[in-house]
Amino acid sequence: MVTVADSRREEILAWLDEVKDPEVPVLSIRELGVLRDVDVSGDEVVVMMTPTYSGCPAMHAMEAEVVSTLAQHGVPNARVKTVYSPAWTTDWISDEAKAKLAAYGIAPPGRVESDDLVPLRRRAPVECPYCHSVNTLVRSEFGSTACKAILFCNSCRQPFELFKAI
Amino acid sequence: MSRESEMGNRESSNGGSTDGWVPGAKPATATSGIAQNPVFEHLLRLADDRLVLGHRLSEWCGHAPILEEDIALANIALDLIGQASMLLKLAGEVEGKGRSEDALAYFRDAIEFRNAQLVELPNGDFAVTIVRQFLFDAWDVLVLERLAAVSNEALAGIAAKALKEARYHLRHTAEWVRMLGDGTAESHARAQRALDDLWPYTAELFLADAVDAEAVAAGSGVDVESFRSRWRQTVEQVLGEATLAIPKDGFAPRGGRTGRHTEYLGRMLADMQSLARAHPGAAW
Repeated sequence: MVTVADSRREEILAWLDEVKDPEVPVLSIRELGVLRDVDVSGDEVVVMMTPTYSGCPAMHAMEAEVVSTLAQHGVPNARVKTVYSPAWTTDWISDEAKAKLAAYGIAPPGRVESDDLVPLRRRAPVECPYCHSVNTLVRSEFGSTACKAILFCNSCRQPFELFKAI
Repeated sequence: MSRESEMGNRESSNGGSTDGWVPGAKPATATSGIAQNPVFEHLLRLADDRLVLGHRLSEWCGHAPILEEDIALANIALDLIGQASMLLKLAGEVEGKGRSEDALAYFRDAIEFRNAQLVELPNGDFAVTIVRQFLFDAWDVLVLERLAAVSNEALAGIAAKALKEARYHLRHTAEWVRMLGDGTAESHARAQRALDDLWPYTAELFLADAVDAEAVAAGSGVDVESFRSRWRQTVEQVLGEATLAIPKDGFAPRGGRTGRHTEYLGRMLADMQSLARAHPGAAW
C-alpha cells in the first residue's frame, strides 16, 4: 500500500534529482549516492546526506542547493542532516550513471573490491573514456577534486580524469 | 627556505621543548584528563593528529615541486581536516560544555593540543613531508581499521569513512617513498636523511596511557600498542623496496599526548588560529 507519506517522499526525492554535483554536473546528488533519504514524518522535511570525502568542499554548496530547491517547490521547512554511516562508496553509482560519466569524459569507477583500497598493490588498467584503450597510465592519484585522479592515454594522447573507486 | 633552516635547528632547539610548561598556566598532565573525561581526551588525541598534520600539508599549497603533487597534498590535507572536524565535533558533544569543532580547533592553546609531536614538526623539504606522511599513513590505516569496529557508533562511522581515505593516502605516499628512495642519489640521500630525522618521533604513536585504556574500555578508543609489529611490517616492506635503511631505535621524544610539544606547534597555531581569534565568529 502506498501511503500519503510514501508518495510525498517520492515527490521530494524526484525534485532533488534536479540538484547536481557542482563538480560533476552530469550526475545528480541522488545518482551520486550523496542523497541518502528523506524523512517527511515530522513537522519539517529532513534530507539525509552523506559526504563523498570527509573534507569535500562541495558539500556545503550541495546542502544549500537542496534547501533552496525544495523552497522553490513550496517546501520552506527543509533541513539537511549529515549522516556518516554507512560510509559513502562509489559502488552506489548505478551503471546508467557511470555511462553518463564516461560520456562526459570521466572514466567511471570500477568495483571497490578491486585493487583501489589495497594500498600497496597496483590498480587494474583503466580504460580511456575517449578511445577505450587500456594503454593508460596514472599521472596523479589526485585530481581537480577529491573524488578524481588524473590519467593519460598513450593511444590517443589525451589526458583524462578517473572517478576513484572508494 | 625557512623550512630547511627550521629542520636544521631542530636537534638543538628540541632539547628544552619536552617541557611545555608555561609560567602561570596549569601544567597539563595526563591525570587531569583521566579524572575528567577519558573519552574526550582520547578523541582529542585522534582529532589533533589530523588537524595539525592537515594544516602542515596545507602549507604546501602553491609550493609543491610539481602541480600534480601540489593538488595531491592539498587533497590529503582536506581529508585530514575534514576528519578532524568530525572528530572534534564528536569530542565537543562528549565533553558536554557546548564547545563546537571550531571552538576546539581555534581557541585552544598549544598546551591543550593532544597530537603526537611527529605531526607538528616543520615540513622540511619534500622528502621530509612525504616520509612523515608515509609513516603516519601506515599507522593511521591500522588505527582506523580498529576504530571502525568500536561499539561507539558515531566514532565507528567516522572511522569507516576515514579508513577509505587513509588507504588511498598510504597508496600514494608509499609510491612516493619508493620513487624517492630508489630514485637519484640526491633523492635517496634526502629520503634517508628525512627517515633518520623522523624515526625517533614514530615511537610516540605507539604509546598508550590510562586515558587510552579507559576510552578503549568504554568502546570509544583504540589500543595503539597492539599493532606496532603490523606497522613495522608495512614500513619495512616499503622502505626495503625504496632501498632505505631503517634507523635504529634509540632516544624517543614524547609528551604530545599530554600537551608537551615542540616549539613548532605554537608557531603553527599562531598562524592557523590568527583569523578566528582576530575575528571571532567570522564565517565564509
